[in-house]
Amino acid sequence: MSYRIRKTFEKKEKKLVTFTTGGDPDLDTSLKILNTIMNNGIDIIEIGMPFSDPMADGPTIQESSVRSIASGTKINDILEIVNKVRKINNEIPIILMGYYNSIFNMGVKSFASKCADAGVDGLIIVDLQPEEDSELYKEAKEKNIDLIRLITPTTDEERLKTILHNASGFLYYVTVTGITGQNSANVEHLKKSIMTIRSSTELPIVAGFGIKNRRDVEQISIFADGVVVGSSIVNIIKNNLNNKNKMITEIDKFTKDLKKGVKE
Amino acid sequence: MTIKNSFKKLPDEKGYFGSFGGRYVSETLMPLILEVEKEYEKIKNDKIFKEELNNYMETYIGRPSPLFFAERITKDLGGPKIYFKRDELNHTGAHKINNCMGQILLAKKMGKKRIIAETGAGQHGVATATVCALFGLPCIVYMGEKDIKRQSPNVFRMKLLGAEIRSVNTGSKSLKDAMNEALRDWVTNVIDTFYIIGTAAGPHPYPAMVRDFQSIIGEEVREQILKAEKKLPDLLMACIGGGSNALGLFHEFLDDKQIEMIAVEAAGHGIESGNHAASLSGGKPGILHGNKTYLLQSNDGQIDEAHSISAGLDYPGIGPEHSYLFEQKRVRYMSATDKEAIEAFQYCCNLEGIIPALEPSHALAVLKKIAKNYSKDKIVVMNMCGRGDKDIFTIAEELNIKL
Ligand SMILES: Cc1ncc(COP(=O)(O)O)c(C=O)c1O
Repeated sequence: MSYRIRKTFEKKEKKLVTFTTGGDPDLDTSLKILNTIMNNGIDIIEIGMPFSDPMADGPTIQESSVRSIASGTKINDILEIVNKVRKINNEIPIILMGYYNSIFNMGVKSFASKCADAGVDGLIIVDLQPEEDSELYKEAKEKNIDLIRLITPTTDEERLKTILHNASGFLYYVTVTGITGQNSANVEHLKKSIMTIRSSTELPIVAGFGIKNRRDVEQISIFADGVVVGSSIVNIIKNNLNNKNKMITEIDKFTKDLKKGVKE
Repeated sequence: MTIKNSFKKLPDEKGYFGSFGGRYVSETLMPLILEVEKEYEKIKNDKIFKEELNNYMETYIGRPSPLFFAERITKDLGGPKIYFKRDELNHTGAHKINNCMGQILLAKKMGKKRIIAETGAGQHGVATATVCALFGLPCIVYMGEKDIKRQSPNVFRMKLLGAEIRSVNTGSKSLKDAMNEALRDWVTNVIDTFYIIGTAAGPHPYPAMVRDFQSIIGEEVREQILKAEKKLPDLLMACIGGGSNALGLFHEFLDDKQIEMIAVEAAGHGIESGNHAASLSGGKPGILHGNKTYLLQSNDGQIDEAHSISAGLDYPGIGPEHSYLFEQKRVRYMSATDKEAIEAFQYCCNLEGIIPALEPSHALAVLKKIAKNYSKDKIVVMNMCGRGDKDIFTIAEELNIKL
């Protein structure tokens, strides 16, 4: 298990996790955004590796991928972003999120080494489930990188066992059936599902997809160990493309507000 | 007779054809896809299901489709005897409905209430809309904006059949993006929705299932050619988008080692131009739309846009079984350009009185070129997998004719 992830979850308060696509709208601004986020006490950062065909993402994150690719971002640049973040902050867990083709194309072994060198702690690969992840799992484990497993509203008891086998780091509960940035989670259902999962695992459970604002964060961090906010931040990027200073200020304000919503 | 290294036994239990195939989808879809597999395994050899399917194949689709000796083309090319397997005569005008009929019966068995599909040329969309009308299920078809424009007759047909068309304007605005959008719909409506995939691609069990439903083409050909010629063909030919009509023809014969097979990808403006849809000739292995297969992609693993005049072939991937047959060299993969396909299209109209779809026109274009390499005693069967009514506007535009 990644040392940084373990350390982070040893602290009692609930975790706030953000998602932004690396290189959106460009590499420099993307790094500034991450700095702003980290300065506001965000606990874990997820950095999206842009992909041309992000089939699990709604329009907001699709467009952020398009912007990032259009500005010339390569997968190696994402690793370079991690490198740069590490120079400023050596504690915060960094999770790369993306699609398997980016990794397969680079070569699984080579990708895992580069991740380790850059200081990546975990990977969330949206289209790679336990049936297919043994190769990446092996390479990642050797380097103490956690392959974060996803649990969803369609996961039944049988499937949960498959997912929990070999799971490490934390678990990512996808709160809605659907794509990113669309529907909001039903808090009561969500609570029940997370309670059910808790009875089968010691791993922390972080909830993501459809968590949009401080209110969602307040409600969901009562029973989840952490919450992920993605599309709402990416929307701020999208709405301020021709004023990068304002983009940063708005993200600063927004993430400060989110942080206030986190339950101790 | 059992053959030791049979090509017909694949995929393995994890859905792999050699190193291709598998299941690369969102976790949300996994339980459902496993259920599709389980249910498909149950019905696939079930006598009652088969009888039901065969009955529709016969009375609704019009199977068996004829095997036609294309005498004038044969004479003109001066090479082998050329037969067309006339799947363009099927109800709705292409092979696509063979698969849709199978899948909708499965969807019904599974109690699904809503059907979604992606379409490129619109043939799969029309076939899906047709079976949905037949069984009274709501149908939503995702179609790229670019394809909606170039296949307008099919768009209107789908509407007449009661389907809702959702225009997709992301990425290349064609088949690849329609499939992304269909997958996004599926993951959102996972409980009540069945996704009828139109080609032998996608997560396991789709590549195998679509192939199985299309295999009736080859099974009929075996019987028909034995009756007509008292022997098996020497060469089988088909065009390739995702690869379902080609596998439909080939699969039955994969273990008849003496039979040569050629599949034709779309070379668009030419492979060297970079504007093409020939995933095997111009791509490399990767992961997209639920399977590991050959894909057109950049050095960084971003999927490239494909190009073909034929909307049905305009896809940067190919079904995983073809990637396997390619690496095993069981099937030879060649390509034809837009221009060659248009020429073959006109050639077929003029010599045989058959207006072919642009897709099989690609196969015919290659056949025209290679016929001279085969002697007169050889027999070729080409899959005439679709008719060209949908393409007349594209052809008119290419020929600078105002309709
Ligand atoms: C007539 C026709 N042929 C071929 C294809 C390509 O698909 P496949 O390779 O799955 O047969 C299409 C697809 O739309 C089609 O409409």
